[in-house]
Amino acid sequence: MERVGEVIEASTTDFVAQCYELYQSPPLGSLVKTTDLPVELYGIVYNATTTSLEPGRRPIARGKDEASEEEIYKSSPQLLQLLRSEFSTLVVGYRENEKLYRYLPPKPARIHGFVHLCPPGEVKEFSQSLDFLNILINTHLPVPADELIAACLRQMSQVYEDPHDFLVAAGKELAILLSSDFNQLKAILGRIKQ
Amino acid sequence: MTQEDIGGQRLGIVVSGSLNKGIEVKLDSSASVEDMAVGRYVTIEGNKRRFFGMITDISLGVIDQKLTLTPPDVSDPFMAEVLAGTSTYGTLHVLPTLTIGGNAASLLEGPQPVKTVPSHFSTVNLASQRDVELVFGSEDERKFYIGTPLDMETKICLDLPELVKRSNGIFGKSGTGKTFLTRLLLIGMLQKGAAVNLVFDMHSEYGWESRSEEGRKVKALKQLFPSKVAVFTLDEEGSRRRQVSTDFVVRIGYDEIEPEDMVLLRQTLNLTEPAIEAVYQLSRRFGKNWLQSSLDRKDSEETKDLLKEMSIHESTYQNLQRGLATIRRLPFLVPHTPDNPVKRILEYLDQGINVVLEFGRYTDITAYILVANLLTRRIHAQYRERMEKAIGEDIALPHPLVITIEEAHRFLNPELASQTIFGTIAREMRKYNVTLLVIDQRPSGIDSEVMSQIGTKITCLLDNDRDIDSVLAGVSGKSELKSVLSRLESRQQALIFGHAVPMPVVVRTREYGSPESYKDFLPGGETEIRKQAEKDIEELWE
Repeated sequence: MERVGEVIEASTTDFVAQCYELYQSPPLGSLVKTTDLPVELYGIVYNATTTSLEPGRRPIARGKDEASEEEIYKSSPQLLQLLRSEFSTLVVGYRENEKLYRYLPPKPARIHGFVHLCPPGEVKEFSQSLDFLNILINTHLPVPADELIAACLRQMSQVYEDPHDFLVAAGKELAILLSSDFNQLKAILGRIKQ
Repeated sequence: MTQEDIGGQRLGIVVSGSLNKGIEVKLDSSASVEDMAVGRYVTIEGNKRRFFGMITDISLGVIDQKLTLTPPDVSDPFMAEVLAGTSTYGTLHVLPTLTIGGNAASLLEGPQPVKTVPSHFSTVNLASQRDVELVFGSEDERKFYIGTPLDMETKICLDLPELVKRSNGIFGKSGTGKTFLTRLLLIGMLQKGAAVNLVFDMHSEYGWESRSEEGRKVKALKQLFPSKVAVFTLDEEGSRRRQVSTDFVVRIGYDEIEPEDMVLLRQTLNLTEPAIEAVYQLSRRFGKNWLQSSLDRKDSEETKDLLKEMSIHESTYQNLQRGLATIRRLPFLVPHTPDNPVKRILEYLDQGINVVLEFGRYTDITAYILVANLLTRRIHAQYRERMEKAIGEDIALPHPLVITIEEAHRFLNPELASQTIFGTIAREMRKYNVTLLVIDQRPSGIDSEVMSQIGTKITCLLDNDRDIDSVLAGVSGKSELKSVLSRLESRQQALIFGHAVPMPVVVRTREYGSPESYKDFLPGGETEIRKQAEKDIEELWE
């Protein structure tokens, strides 16, 4: 299981993790998990940032005399230590005693909990039920919900042998959830069709 | 999809409805509206009981009206697939007709008329072969296989002894297969021995072979059941030309025509009211020979005196004479007959032999009305006498008699229904064991009182609104059946409802006209007849 980061901020609805390597955050919409025994929390990556370590110090442009972007990092190796990549995750479910629940866990994630990218088998298992879509639709996030839902479904469909069937099933679920907002439905469907 | 797959397939769930107006069913996204058809059967699995119903309407719905204003791009297959069954969906309108209770006692009782509706979100399935069999029963010594429901191989059976207890009607516009259906029913009655038939065969189609619309030769009763059918004819020459083996040539004597027979002919002969009055007067004066005496009468002083005496106006008399001249031109009418056709018909009927009376070339309505009415009136009187005797002396009742008439609206229209014997038979129903099989293409022309007494109605396609209304008058779920009826295919499909079936049913009628189909009609038990008939078939077809 690929480890992608470590929790540095947590609340009931979401957690933020820092990547071990700069720019190594998991793709938007991917399913990740962090363990707080006996509970495993599942989250969907909804945002990723790369900022300076110190909030007040913004990076400055350095490449004026360099031939390529790579050269900048080569000539100033300290940069990799002064910047950091983080990603934010929306909690969508948890597993306790082998049972999977697709709603919010009783407790938030632990700080310094390791964050892993879920392997295909687990993604498949989690996406057997699409109840979690309701959480995605009803949460106010800095990124548009349409984009996040579409990205998440695209990611999940890749673990299926027949992504089309999965996307149609998900589309139908969305059509019911978004029965009163056809425009939003149309926007999402436009983003997940292949 | 094979036949088995269709039966029992889940269609959707009940979402609303009422007992009066029927039930709305939302189709699952897996069931396409385009696969549905009105007239098809469904079962609804309620919590405590099962319901049996018929699809009577199919409609489209959208979850949000915005979709109809800004339709999505359905050229995109993904979009179309997602929206089908969710944002856009099909609904079925189902008319529940029967219910089968869940406990053992109600299973024994069998299907009962529906008195409530299934609860919300009950599952709706296409009826399986077994369900249909449960409702309509299977072929046995009482039940005759008439056809199959739409898209199914199950046999729909009619309980013939039950059917002949009431008068029945076969309706449909011309060319929809009324004749074929009638042949089938007659064969059924013959086969099950439910009743003896007297068929007034206007177009000579039921006794001996005739041609179907495609020009194929189609056999009729006498060829299939030679020992059980007698063909009587009015047109000896015509029958001989068609090589029909006739059993009796019907001739009617002038002295057998009674004033009541003239009443019916008033319209067709264009007689006035006073002319009919004059007939009664003449009959009172001359007795049985009134017709002969009137025809013989010359324009003389004597006649004038007679008219004066009876206070019949000159013009009335002229009018009557013109009418009588028309009758006189009918060659089967003779001044006197040695044999009595009524007696002969009754002899045959008593032996359980069915009688088909061919009219040959006398397809003129005057001849038909005159003969049919004249014979029926006397036969009915005989039956009535026997029935009363049977009740009084506690002996076996006469065998049920079914009289088949065509162009029924000419006899049973509101003006005549109260006067003709057919009106009386339709109303009296089974009291005297005589019932009618009415065949007609303009049911709206039939008196509504008579129509309401018809037990089982079998109707092929009708497209005139008034005809449809009159056929469906008084049936529950009329508007639903209306949409079913007007969408029948123009051939080989019929809607059956009324006394002999537990619920209205659309059938694709059983095949008739091929050598194989004839074999099916022959009784299995009577092997000699069967062998003979099979031989006949081979001879005729090879």
